[in-house]
Amino acid sequence: MLAEVSLRVNGTEHALTVDTRTSLLDLLRERLGLTGAKKGCDHGQCGACTVLIDGRRANACLALAVAHAGADVVTVEGLADGGELHPLQRAFIERDAFQCGYCTPGQLCSAAGMLREAADGWPSAVTPSLGTDGIELDTEEIRERMSGNLCRCGAYVNLVAAISDVAAGEAGA
Amino acid sequence: MRPFRYERPADTAAAVALLAGTPEAKFLGGGTNLVDLMRLGAETPALLVDVAKLPQADVEEMPDGGVRIGAAVRNSDLAAHPLVRQRYPLLASALLQGASGQLRNLATTGGNLLQRTRCVYFQDVTRPCSKREPGSGCPARDGEHHNLAILGWSEQCVATHPSDMAVAMTALGAAVRTEGASGARTIPVTDFHRLPGDEPQRDTVLEPGELVTAVELPPLEFARRSRYVKIRERASFAFALVSLAAALDVADGTVRDVRLALGGVAHKPWRALRAEEALRGAPATPASFARAASAELDQARPLRDNGYKVPLARTVIIRTLAELAQAPETS
Repeated sequence: MLAEVSLRVNGTEHALTVDTRTSLLDLLRERLGLTGAKKGCDHGQCGACTVLIDGRRANACLALAVAHAGADVVTVEGLADGGELHPLQRAFIERDAFQCGYCTPGQLCSAAGMLREAADGWPSAVTPSLGTDGIELDTEEIRERMSGNLCRCGAYVNLVAAISDVAAGEAGA
Repeated sequence: MRPFRYERPADTAAAVALLAGTPEAKFLGGGTNLVDLMRLGAETPALLVDVAKLPQADVEEMPDGGVRIGAAVRNSDLAAHPLVRQRYPLLASALLQGASGQLRNLATTGGNLLQRTRCVYFQDVTRPCSKREPGSGCPARDGEHHNLAILGWSEQCVATHPSDMAVAMTALGAAVRTEGASGARTIPVTDFHRLPGDEPQRDTVLEPGELVTAVELPPLEFARRSRYVKIRERASFAFALVSLAAALDVADGTVRDVRLALGGVAHKPWRALRAEEALRGAPATPASFARAASAELDQARPLRDNGYKVPLARTVIIRTLAELAQAPETS
């Protein structure tokens, strides 16, 4: 069954006819050629497909494209500001926060969404008093909040360091 | 994946009407479970009716001091809501210990209630499963069941309900509001999910085409002193082996009131009424907590490989109640 889907991806409007079974991930990769978001497990368990939908991080593999018609989607290709890398991208390079790189686009989009959630005062499972006294993005917080993104190379130590750098920069800004 | 038609109705009445006309239709919330099951072939709807954009996305205070949660409220929004964090910390905590940040951004309140078991046989269409194919049998009983039920299971099904959120709502005595072809009704959440019996294909008492529209939490002052404790095989992003939602009201060293529900142990969130009864009026001591845990878990019938859940649940009950008894008022 076919359906018309219009959505904005990295600032560009797209109107496509898709099979209703098409995931947002397959639409991005197969129809728009945006292969940054990766298909890891295709079951919402690894986070490699994470993108921002209307500013919130989400698993593109479990998001049906038709159910997100009208959405504003940002993928890893849209994180940089022109030629200027996103602070998270700079920190990932600085801290060597990857090995094979397959999970990196999902890690970057997830971290971007996570930083906004924390700035909005959202608690995590490890936040003291459920965040009613504020939120400090320490190592334990970052690990918990990023638990939806797996790294089979095990680059977690440097991932946490890179994200901590950006979180500290935003807190000090 | 079987081809399906997709509809995005404007209101609840239209959503209910769409399902009434199509037996093989399903409501779609965030899709985090349903889309996965469709990809696995375990669900094969011919029509998806998207209810995630219906105007049911508000969390609001009710005149009696309770809180009404629209069925389309996302798990992440609900966990972050000030009313939930302040009045029902066990619910905020349960939500935050479920899934991952990016899944909670998609998952809805109604969809979370209605998610299906993660029993491996249910998800594997090459194997029999009486929940998926009624009457085909339950290979889990003698197979891979280390994370399945110890309470209330039947010969037909030993699955567990996977939700954390629903365990907290069960402890709170929430009510589920629904709308269907024959009108609206309110179902206590303790009656909403079923034990498997001879109909394991039915997770809940919902009639075909009946839509969850909201969940109502009753006012419960002592829920400010509450916890959700989840034991799992890794520190985060895993389903519960055993979980406990607990709220405790202690005055002068005596238990005035208590709410307890266990997760990961049965086909439905397990309200521990026997333990609650044993505790009311008892001294708030570890001995009382141990007696209460025994009162509940004496009913347990562990399977070959999940006997560990009985002492685990017992320990979690005793430890959590002891912590709550010592905790200062959080209000």
